[in-house]
Amino acid sequence: MTGADPRDRGGPQQPLLIVDGLKKYFPLRNALGTVSAHVQAVDGIGFSIAKGETLGVVGESGCGKSTTARLLMQLIEPDAGSFVLDGDPVGRGGVTVRELRRQVQMVFQDSYASLNPRHTAAQEIAFGLRVIGKDTATAEAEARQTLRMVGLDPDLYAGRYPHEMSGGQRQRVNIARGIALNPRLLILDEAVSALDKSVQAQVLNLLDDLKQRLNLTYLFISHDLNVVHYVSDRVLVMYLGKIVEVGPVDRIWREAAHPYTRALFSSRLSMNPALRVAAPPLSGDPPNPVRPPSGCRFRTRCTLAEDVCAASEPALIPSPLDAAHAVACHIARAGSGHSLAGALANAA
Amino acid sequence: MYLYVLRRLLYTLPILVGVTLICFSFIHLAPGDPINAVLPENASADVVAQVKAAYGFDKPLPVQYLIWFANVLTGDFGLSIMTRRPVLSEVGPAVAHTALLAVTAILLSFVLGAGLGLAAGMTDRRSTDRAVSTFAVFGISVPHYWLGMILVVIFAVKLHLLPATGMGPSASDLTQFGMEDFRHLLLPAITLAMIPAGIIARSVRATVAEIRRQEFVQTLKGKGLKRPRIFLHVIKNAAPPTIAIMGLQFAQLLGGSILVETVFSWPGTGFLLNAAITTRDLPLLQGTVIVLASFFVLTNVAVDIFQTLLDPRVRRV
Amino acid sequence: MSTSTTGLAALPPAVRKVARPPGRSFWMRLGRHLLRDRVAIVCLVILLAIALSAIFAPWLVPADPYKTSMLRRLLPPGERGYLLGTDELGRDMLTRLLYGGRVSLSMGLAPVVLATLIGGALGIIAGYFGRQVNMLIMRVIDVFYAFPSVLLAVAMAGVLGAGIMNSLISLTLVFIPPIARVAESVTTQVRNQDFVEAARATGAGSWRIIVEHMLANVTGPILTYASSLVSVSIIIASGLSFLGLGARPPIADWGLMLNTLRQAVYVAPLNAVLPGVMIFLTSVSFNLLSDSLRTAMDVRA
Repeated sequence: MTGADPRDRGGPQQPLLIVDGLKKYFPLRNALGTVSAHVQAVDGIGFSIAKGETLGVVGESGCGKSTTARLLMQLIEPDAGSFVLDGDPVGRGGVTVRELRRQVQMVFQDSYASLNPRHTAAQEIAFGLRVIGKDTATAEAEARQTLRMVGLDPDLYAGRYPHEMSGGQRQRVNIARGIALNPRLLILDEAVSALDKSVQAQVLNLLDDLKQRLNLTYLFISHDLNVVHYVSDRVLVMYLGKIVEVGPVDRIWREAAHPYTRALFSSRLSMNPALRVAAPPLSGDPPNPVRPPSGCRFRTRCTLAEDVCAASEPALIPSPLDAAHAVACHIARAGSGHSLAGALANAA
Repeated sequence: MYLYVLRRLLYTLPILVGVTLICFSFIHLAPGDPINAVLPENASADVVAQVKAAYGFDKPLPVQYLIWFANVLTGDFGLSIMTRRPVLSEVGPAVAHTALLAVTAILLSFVLGAGLGLAAGMTDRRSTDRAVSTFAVFGISVPHYWLGMILVVIFAVKLHLLPATGMGPSASDLTQFGMEDFRHLLLPAITLAMIPAGIIARSVRATVAEIRRQEFVQTLKGKGLKRPRIFLHVIKNAAPPTIAIMGLQFAQLLGGSILVETVFSWPGTGFLLNAAITTRDLPLLQGTVIVLASFFVLTNVAVDIFQTLLDPRVRRV
Repeated sequence: MSTSTTGLAALPPAVRKVARPPGRSFWMRLGRHLLRDRVAIVCLVILLAIALSAIFAPWLVPADPYKTSMLRRLLPPGERGYLLGTDELGRDMLTRLLYGGRVSLSMGLAPVVLATLIGGALGIIAGYFGRQVNMLIMRVIDVFYAFPSVLLAVAMAGVLGAGIMNSLISLTLVFIPPIARVAESVTTQVRNQDFVEAARATGAGSWRIIVEHMLANVTGPILTYASSLVSVSIIIASGLSFLGLGARPPIADWGLMLNTLRQAVYVAPLNAVLPGVMIFLTSVSFNLLSDSLRTAMDVRA
């Protein structure tokens, strides 16, 4: 961590961003054009991101990771939900949505699609700077400077079009575009997933370096558990639009409490046979998000599901052993009615 | 599926209403007062007012439209200013004549276009492919009214093989269609067939070539299937898009035959339209345009539904 | 001498690729591709020749395009110093064909240009904003789509009355709907790409994104489509003149010449069909050029 950030208003204890009750349903239309159902992409989730941390988000595709990112980015409008930015509520009476957006930037997965094919690297980065009111010359100069920060020589790369660069170089330009606007939170939506392993490592190192130098906070979305383990301080696990588990990365890796998290991790490739998990890996596809199962949404694929899981939805509550570790599972809560309730927590 | 068809049909209603709105606006887009067409120049103000009231021109525009629209719904397009006969009784036979021309032309263009397109798509010889492509560009680019003139010069003026203009003796009664009528039909139909033939040839060539490249045809080849059987497979898959294009082109011909009809003095809708324009007979013009546009819209819907029935993947929700 | 050429040719492709300076824009690459297309070059030369000879007609042919002569009507080509003969009023055909290019070419290009501006703008707005805006614009467009193109042009021109201005309006109206549809679908595709989201994430307003991000990506496909309409426009515009709904006599216009010479088709068939040759030549050239443009766009990457 570098010295005091002039943008910091709430002090180090105040989370950078608190999200509560975030919800987004996408309408589905039938042949006559009327809304017949909704895809429950994100269904009432809440979490906070501490200053300077990297919060990893994992889950299968379609679990709502990317929708969450776009909601934070204000690219799509939430159906419900509130944001608190560094202690100030966003919306009426607090900071504006515009202000929130300015503090958050995003790097997309597809390095090619996320760059305008008709813009050079410098033009692409300068665009955002001009939007926030800088004149063309200043924006151009800052764009070149930012290129250098992400390890691209402006003399060589400033005038290049996306098709004239490699995937890793393009992703560096994407990162440059994000940090050029001096955000506090950078959302990395599968930002390194499409890259070769060796390039991936370079970009991850760059991200780590930038985080120190620019006082950044990361929301790191990925399906690659090893990468998430490597970069994250805390991890948030999503399933069908809900958060099922959240906690410090090492704790989740060693003592995942939710059956889904365990299953997810058992499907991960590991070099160490001692790390094998007894629970069987996930089978089948996630249920239809238009009509999610009653109660716990994971119960249809859960080997430990009982009647109580269909009857009531488990809340996300902190573990009695570690307040930073929260799980949404009946088994984890003593007295929930599940036959194994409390057993696993005690075993841990 | 049925929902889609229903929705597609329902959606044509506002479009048809829009069509009548545009046609209605013709009266007011035309320079000068439409009343002048029926009145002598020195008519007294009294007479003018009387005639205006008779045609309903004294009422506010929306009311005029509603009255007119209600009449149109019952098939009453008013009286032709020139002939004083109901517009519909003028348009009816003209539509039949145009339809005869268009049907013949589309069949001709199908034989020509599909034949050439298949030949170009199935062959591996570059020269054949080139020749067909050249023909297609020719068909699409040629001003057909000019082509009609050339055909008249060659077949009527020089060779005396076919009549230059007009319709055969069956013009008043299509059930009496005979050899003489066929001779009259030939030149305008060939002329009219050029554009769709070019378009069909081009599309069939592209579709067939693409299907031949596709995996399943390659698999069939690999399995040792004989050429005729592969040909059959290609036909089966190339038919739906070709029929769709034919339908759309047929619809275009119905409304687009005006130039060819003028060259050959063919007493169809185009000819009628031309007469309506030169005599400034607006009710006749409106009636003809509405009838043609309705045919056009309905043909398009039919093509759409047909395509959906054949291939559910095309369905647009 | 032979060594130096083989030396260049032997240069491995990889080296040449590295030597290529970075920063080549889309349009530069498109232009280079077109310059390698022989058909495109030939068409371009033909069209330029027609356009230049139309513009510089007064210096190329000394005859007056309006000077009639009852004694020299319908002379066959080559006779008495008339290279392409005379028309039904004894005017020099060659002169009138060259002058005719002025109106006919303009009538091919102007409606398409106007319709591209209007239809393109409507389509881009509909595609970018989507929802109700899209509904409103595209449903109105659909109504105009309910007319066969020739019918709409003839009916509009017929209602408005003969004249170049009125046929320009009618043709523009005919081409707006198809161009708007293409613009709308292209814009919708581009709109859903990540780089537009990224641009929105900077907080840029809609107009800024349309001007700086969308336009450069949608103009290519829209212009390619519009270019295919020029040939149609020339044919329909000349057709309107042929029906007596476009240019009015004594203006030299290919379609109108075809109309006035139509009666002479039995007497002097060669003279009568000459204006059509010009229409055909122009329309074929535009069509082939448009095809080349499309091919060049397809392989640009």
